[in-house]
Amino acid sequence: MTSSQPAPGRAMVTSAPLWSVLIVPVLLTAFAIMAVLGDALLAARAAGRPLLTAAAAPAAGAARLLIGQRRRTPAPDALLWRAGLWTVPAAGILAALVIPFGTVTASRMSVGVVWFNAMEVLTWAGLWLAGWGANSALSLIAGYRFVAQGLAYELPLMFALISVAAGAQSLDVADIAAAQSHLWFAVWMPAAFAAYLAGVYAFSFLGPFGAPAGHDVAGGVLAEVSGVDRLAIEAGRWLLLAAGAGMAVPLFLGGAAGPVLPAWAWSAVKTLAVLAGLTWARGRLPALRADRYAEFAWVVVLPLSVAQALVPALVDLTR
Amino acid sequence: MSIQLFLLLAAALFAIGLYGALSQQSIVMIMMGLELMLNGVIVAAGAFWHYVAPAAPSGQLVVVVAVVAMAVEMATGFAVATAIFRARDITMSDSATDLKR
Amino acid sequence: MLTAVFWFLALLAAASGFMVFRVNSMARVTIALLVSFLAVGGLLIVLGLAYLGAVVILMMTMEMVIMLVFMIAYMTNPGGLTQMSMYHNKRASLSIAVGTFALLAAGILAVPWPRRAGQPPASPAFQLGQALMGPQMLTMVTLGFVLLATMVGAVVLATSRGRYDRFGDDLRRRSPDDPLRGGVGQ
Repeated sequence: MTSSQPAPGRAMVTSAPLWSVLIVPVLLTAFAIMAVLGDALLAARAAGRPLLTAAAAPAAGAARLLIGQRRRTPAPDALLWRAGLWTVPAAGILAALVIPFGTVTASRMSVGVVWFNAMEVLTWAGLWLAGWGANSALSLIAGYRFVAQGLAYELPLMFALISVAAGAQSLDVADIAAAQSHLWFAVWMPAAFAAYLAGVYAFSFLGPFGAPAGHDVAGGVLAEVSGVDRLAIEAGRWLLLAAGAGMAVPLFLGGAAGPVLPAWAWSAVKTLAVLAGLTWARGRLPALRADRYAEFAWVVVLPLSVAQALVPALVDLTR
Repeated sequence: MSIQLFLLLAAALFAIGLYGALSQQSIVMIMMGLELMLNGVIVAAGAFWHYVAPAAPSGQLVVVVAVVAMAVEMATGFAVATAIFRARDITMSDSATDLKR
Repeated sequence: MLTAVFWFLALLAAASGFMVFRVNSMARVTIALLVSFLAVGGLLIVLGLAYLGAVVILMMTMEMVIMLVFMIAYMTNPGGLTQMSMYHNKRASLSIAVGTFALLAAGILAVPWPRRAGQPPASPAFQLGQALMGPQMLTMVTLGFVLLATMVGAVVLATSRGRYDRFGDDLRRRSPDDPLRGGVGQ
């Protein structure tokens, strides 16, 4: 226990060449498109609408937004508005750079978990600026809603990430995936897994944490946006969801390990499973207001997350 | 990319922060100046760690202490600003003379 | 390549730091400060301190967003729609700042800095963690207490409500009688 080097990881993940950074947005977009399609089909089936037109609706909507005109509001802060809107998809793509797919990762950072956390925190700045820049009251309210939501979800999410890093004794995502060869972290750290999934919903402001884009504020941060900017922020939500689902695999579900299938296939299957679960649950959970869960998050969930972080520490000590 | 360049950047950030902290009237803008000064300290500490003593953790510790100092300063500063604002409906430092005899 | 990255980040940090005190809109002021911090985080990563760089980026983004909330609340010209100049002692503070920079720069360029002693470890994050948990445990404990005291002190300073607002006149009530609904136990 007194070595001066960290415990060596048995990870077989290698860092891909530099041009692979360009593949990450493509792959992430593919997963996001699957999630969007799944969501549209589920909604159509629940409403009794024909499925084929529902499946074509997202693509038609995206095409319409691409050629749409940008709406102008009086005296906007255009620089901050655009910066905020485009930060949301950028955060998703940057966060996905450290996710291993199969045995390859675009960026083998020794502090991949902290990088992922830092990139998803960029949505705090992005969404507040998107709400502020439009010079619109409802937009601003929605931006503040996201900050309130951020204060509630961020610390439990950080403690969930700390728990898995402590369980693997490393901040490298590949080491964390390799440390689950006996038992998945999702099995013996369920509170961390639950806090992580809630955090994924929260930083992509979907599902129960969709208040910043809610109907009661006329779309919130989406209220005054149109054209390609709107496509950027709406795509950004789903890119963040896909990145969160992709990160759940090495952090909690054992990475790309598994019998029979090759590593990349297991990564894809597990990511799709998590993504399907998140998309399905999204339509079933009510949207929550921040003032109803903020105190619960700080008084109940946060101590639970701290106690959960104690579990892998004790396990490491007695090993 | 040498230690002098990093330290010059740290000195520049420190000087800009000092200018802000001395010249601004509003409490929150003074805090911005203080944050920039601590920013300079962070760059200097990181440069010292890299160029002088990378085998010792001391440089990293100074960075950690500076980051914690930033957080503490921000929290306390905003709490004081909130208290002054509640009492007086304005946050000018010229009027924050409560502790003066 | 690394030199180009250094120059870009260094100039960005200094320029956006300077813009903090020149721009009118309070939102832009805070974003300029955030950009300065992000550039410094990038510089830490360039120096090999990956963990500290990522932590600086993480913490500073959150801090600046919270600072934005307070800036918009307390500053008189948050949108920057009018010109404003809120300075006092402008000339004196400028001369002090320039003088300080000149003094520091003279010292930086004149001092013969020592040569590098040792090699960076394979994992600087591990080096930091081991130091904080071992020889520098006093620093760790002090930081912990300072943060706790700050949290308690900041809440006490900033809150305008107390026990009587929550419980009414009888503090020994079993459940709170708070006009502001919500909270654990209600």
